Amino acid sequence: MRLRSGFGLLAVISTAAAVAFLILPVVAIFADVSPSQLIDALGEQSAREALWLSLRTTLIAMAIVVAIGTPAAYLLALRRFRGRALVLTAIELPLVMPPAVAGIALLAAFGPRGILGGAVEGAGLELVFQTAGVVVALVFVSAPFFLRQAIAAFGALDPRLLEAARTLGAGPFRAFATVAMPTARPGLAAGLALAWGRALGEFGATLLFAGSLQGVTQTAPLAIFSEFSRAGGFVAALALSAVLILVSASLLIGIKLIGGDRAAEGAPE
Amino acid sequence: MKTTWAVAALVLSALMVLAGCGGGGNGGEPTLTVVGASSLTEALTEYGESFEGAKVRSSFAGSDELAARIKQGAKADIFASADTDYPAELHREGLVGKPVIFARNRLVIVEPTSGEAESLADLAKPGTKIAIGDPSVPVGAYTREVLKGLPAAEREAILANVRTEEPEVSSVLAKVVNGAADAGFVYVTDAKTVKGEVHTVELPDSLQPDVAYAAVVVSDSGEQDLANRYLKGMLNGAGAGDLRRAGFLPPP
Repeated sequence: MRLRSGFGLLAVISTAAAVAFLILPVVAIFADVSPSQLIDALGEQSAREALWLSLRTTLIAMAIVVAIGTPAAYLLALRRFRGRALVLTAIELPLVMPPAVAGIALLAAFGPRGILGGAVEGAGLELVFQTAGVVVALVFVSAPFFLRQAIAAFGALDPRLLEAARTLGAGPFRAFATVAMPTARPGLAAGLALAWGRALGEFGATLLFAGSLQGVTQTAPLAIFSEFSRAGGFVAALALSAVLILVSASLLIGIKLIGGDRAAEGAPE
Repeated sequence: MKTTWAVAALVLSALMVLAGCGGGGNGGEPTLTVVGASSLTEALTEYGESFEGAKVRSSFAGSDELAARIKQGAKADIFASADTDYPAELHREGLVGKPVIFARNRLVIVEPTSGEAESLADLAKPGTKIAIGDPSVPVGAYTREVLKGLPAAEREAILANVRTEEPEVSSVLAKVVNGAADAGFVYVTDAKTVKGEVHTVELPDSLQPDVAYAAVVVSDSGEQDLANRYLKGMLNGAGAGDLRRAGFLPPP
């Protein structure tokens, strides 16, 4: 693009505005927190428990999302069947659902008075007010991020590659594991990073569905909200926010590095 | 390109519906922004709708959250808290005028209509799932005050049954109404809003905390006169009537 043109200039200004607007609040958090306050905040037991709980629940949620989401995305990407478009739209619905709506929807489905409430109880499972409930909320809101990217990644595979693998005698699983997975890896990694980020930031669905109790259901974002409201807790809230940003950023960067170069550029075409 | 037009029409009509919700221009009337404790939602919404001389915009949340927002410079004309501590603290910092106590309330236990608890002691039974307010929100502080009045063993047993600490009283109530919790500590006025959906258990008078609501005019408000008039109406006017109807007790 020639930058001398009017449009080129407009694009530069827009980019500068977008970058400044998106970066400024993050910078402000770090500008307002001194390193010693950061360390003090981490010294608080409630903060440490919240971070640890966030890490644990998001790890379990991501394991579930990847384990079930990868084969599901593979099938959805390669098979053409009636109603496929409908299924694709349905699984993306949580993306555009307000988190509070997600929480209410989960209660309506799995809550004590939900349509599957009896079945959940019958299975000896307890979700509401339990760490397991946090994981359910996280899976619900984050899975679409992974599925979307994974379907796109598998969809971009050259079908001739898979055919070649099959003609060379590879079974469906072997073709999936040795041909599809390595090629789709950057896209899967990008999806995982997005899903993990969304899960780490989850607030509304967790609060409505699982509640908020230190060490059990109070994840880092809930702890930040609780600190924010406490008299004199603004600095502690800022500090915990800074820690959460650092954790999320390192996850994002780490996963993108593992996923390879294409993941760093975002979704595969 | 028919689909493009269809989609455009759909989006446009959705926007029009949304715009309709926010519509109703205020015809040059000044706007008064009232932020109030979650428990005041019904009473102050009624009062705001009938208030003359200004369009009243009310928003409700935990008093602690509202106080924190005002400290961060949020624009509001009136802050009505479910306690006297937050308004007093903001007053000391010079952010708001002198606090005025405008109502009192009582704490009760609510349980689902199928619930079996008949007294505070029943909440100590193992396995009872209890919802209370976060320590920073007034209802949570009052709840802890009640529990402090109990023998240590009973208090510990009840605290061990606490399954969630909610940011505001309305979400404590919601946890009981939707059946997630077996019991919750809320104000009697909240219990009244869901009559028939919950069963109310009274607390003994000796344990009842002193629940006083204070309101303040925010110092930065550009509508001091209107705000003061609004405050007066809460003490003895239309607002007082709305508060009594919602079940709030008159100030001492």
